[in-house]
Amino acid sequence: MTSVLEVQDLKISFPVEGGGRMFPVDGVSFSLDRGETLALVGESGCGKSLTSLALLRLVPPPGRIEPGSAIRLGDTEVLDLEGEALRRIRGKRIGMIFQDPMTSLNPVFTVGDQISEGVRAHLPVSRREARDRALHLLQEVGIPDPVSRLDAYPHQLSGGMRQRVMIAIALSAEPEILVADEPTTALDVTVQAQILEVLDRLRASRGMAVLLITHDLGIVAGRADRVAVMYAGQIVEEARTAMLFARPSHPYTQGLFASMPRLYGPVERLRPIRGSVPRPSAWPSGCRFRPRCPQAFAQSETMPPLLPLGPEHRMRCWLAETERS
Amino acid sequence: MTLLQVRDLVKHYRSAGLFRAPGPPVRAVDGVSFDLAPGETLALVGESGCGKSSVGRTILRLQEPTSGSAVFDGVDLFSLDRAALRRTRRRMQIIFQDPYSSLNPRMKVGSAVAEGIEIHRLARGAEVGRRVAALLEEVGLDPGYADRYPHEFSGGQRQRIGIARALAVEPAFIVCDEPVSALDVSVQAQVLNLLADLQRDRGLSYLFIAHDLAVVRQLARRIAVMYLGRIVEEGAAQSVLTRPHHPYTVALLSAVPEPDPGRRRSRIVLTGDVPSPSTPPSGCPFHTRCWHPGRNERCTRERPTLRIVGGTSAACHYAEETPLPEGVGAPGGASTSSLA
Repeated sequence: MTSVLEVQDLKISFPVEGGGRMFPVDGVSFSLDRGETLALVGESGCGKSLTSLALLRLVPPPGRIEPGSAIRLGDTEVLDLEGEALRRIRGKRIGMIFQDPMTSLNPVFTVGDQISEGVRAHLPVSRREARDRALHLLQEVGIPDPVSRLDAYPHQLSGGMRQRVMIAIALSAEPEILVADEPTTALDVTVQAQILEVLDRLRASRGMAVLLITHDLGIVAGRADRVAVMYAGQIVEEARTAMLFARPSHPYTQGLFASMPRLYGPVERLRPIRGSVPRPSAWPSGCRFRPRCPQAFAQSETMPPLLPLGPEHRMRCWLAETERS
Repeated sequence: MTLLQVRDLVKHYRSAGLFRAPGPPVRAVDGVSFDLAPGETLALVGESGCGKSSVGRTILRLQEPTSGSAVFDGVDLFSLDRAALRRTRRRMQIIFQDPYSSLNPRMKVGSAVAEGIEIHRLARGAEVGRRVAALLEEVGLDPGYADRYPHEFSGGQRQRIGIARALAVEPAFIVCDEPVSALDVSVQAQVLNLLADLQRDRGLSYLFIAHDLAVVRQLARRIAVMYLGRIVEEGAAQSVLTRPHHPYTVALLSAVPEPDPGRRRSRIVLTGDVPSPSTPPSGCPFHTRCWHPGRNERCTRERPTLRIVGGTSAACHYAEETPLPEGVGAPGGASTSSLA
């Protein structure tokens, strides 16, 4: 497999009131292969969305990507790019969709104009060709009656249709990578199923790599090839999806599973993780999950690295040293 | 025994604009009936716009009903005057999805919880403070938090404050309107456990309004599924989840993303969107999106009513023949003992 994206030791910092900096993303590394879906999973504040913004250099100021971080897109180091070169990455090589399509669509332009604009920004085509492409894209993302929808304004569409339009725009320049940040969180469950199907289909037909950012392990189960679980700015466990679900090993991952209500099987009392997620300005010392961890022990006072558990399975917990088999 | 009896509840909203003639009314709730027993949880489930929240708010008369009746512990709620309504509201409370929007940012947590106690004169003087402390403790918060402001708390803690506030007036019945959908999964589990404990300890009845079937199953013994302002299927939670008869319930179940890659499931992906509640389809409201192989022209003409089919009541002409795709429901009916 050839990786299309390599992220190495990504650190993002923000100034703290009263001096110093905090690190909401603190040493994240992963790679993404062609045609693969990698899910970044975690609860609010874990750093998953900031990580995805960094790929397009969209970290909002006064945040900054720290020296020593690397984001390699094929032979290109994204962190070295400026101006026009950077703009060509956005959309052309990495497309992105967000949770709330209404905030990313321009309310005063038609759907057709907005998709055509995306096409023409990156591809040398005429207005007419761009519009034909827009029509084709609307068909591809499963919008019924696409000819008349070209002239519709965003507010005339339902939430699910708007998200399809966003996907069409993200695909307009034929990117190698699609970053989907909570793409279905704002949608009803039956519409969510439609959107996830569209994403699956496009990945298969275009050989596109997908980075799926989500808080929902349920979505991950049917769709991702690999999963990286994030907690407090770091990846704490990564594995192929089947392995992660069969053998969740980090105490935080185990806590997530025990917290989740299930649709089938006996109804049991949930076993929540105690306490709440720490703030980036006050990451605990040592293992960051230590204050909430039911299995914390003396060694947890030292920050563990990602330790191997098995083939393609690693976790940031000292227990890996005893559990490895 | 019945604590709350709702019959033919209708809530229509007039959609009149400043520069527009009034259009057809939005039929948010269009003839909903159910009973709730003391200590029981009934879940109202459905997607956005199905009218589930309007049902809860109309029963509490936070919004005035268009027609229908709601009898709570022998009292006809829809004929009460303001003073009588206020007295009755002590026994009926509501918890919202976003507790922050229902808490006054300038009011200390202790005062927010004490407000109901004082309005209904349930205690006086130092006793109020003692009750507030006991309530905070009961919902798992440090009683010392009484002196802090809502913004100092996390989402989960705020929801606990909202719960303490609802409990302060010693209600018998609480409308829980999407109480955990804004919370992270680890915190959501804490709040669900808390709601189960409170129900056990205080004998509370819940009308639990939610869109997440797995969450609902954690608390409810009975589930009513709503679509376009109506209940389309109702029954014991176990029956609705393991052998649903309405094609909408089946589609809803098949769409729930389940954290189990080993479970093979054929998904039913509904086409299109929910129709507008101001112009609902003729006949069966679900016929525009229905996937039932037996659907036919009758469905576009004749509106089906709820009738008993197997273990549930379903509003579908062909409920007997509704197929269950592979992996949806639990064949053999796994034991589902409710905690509640």
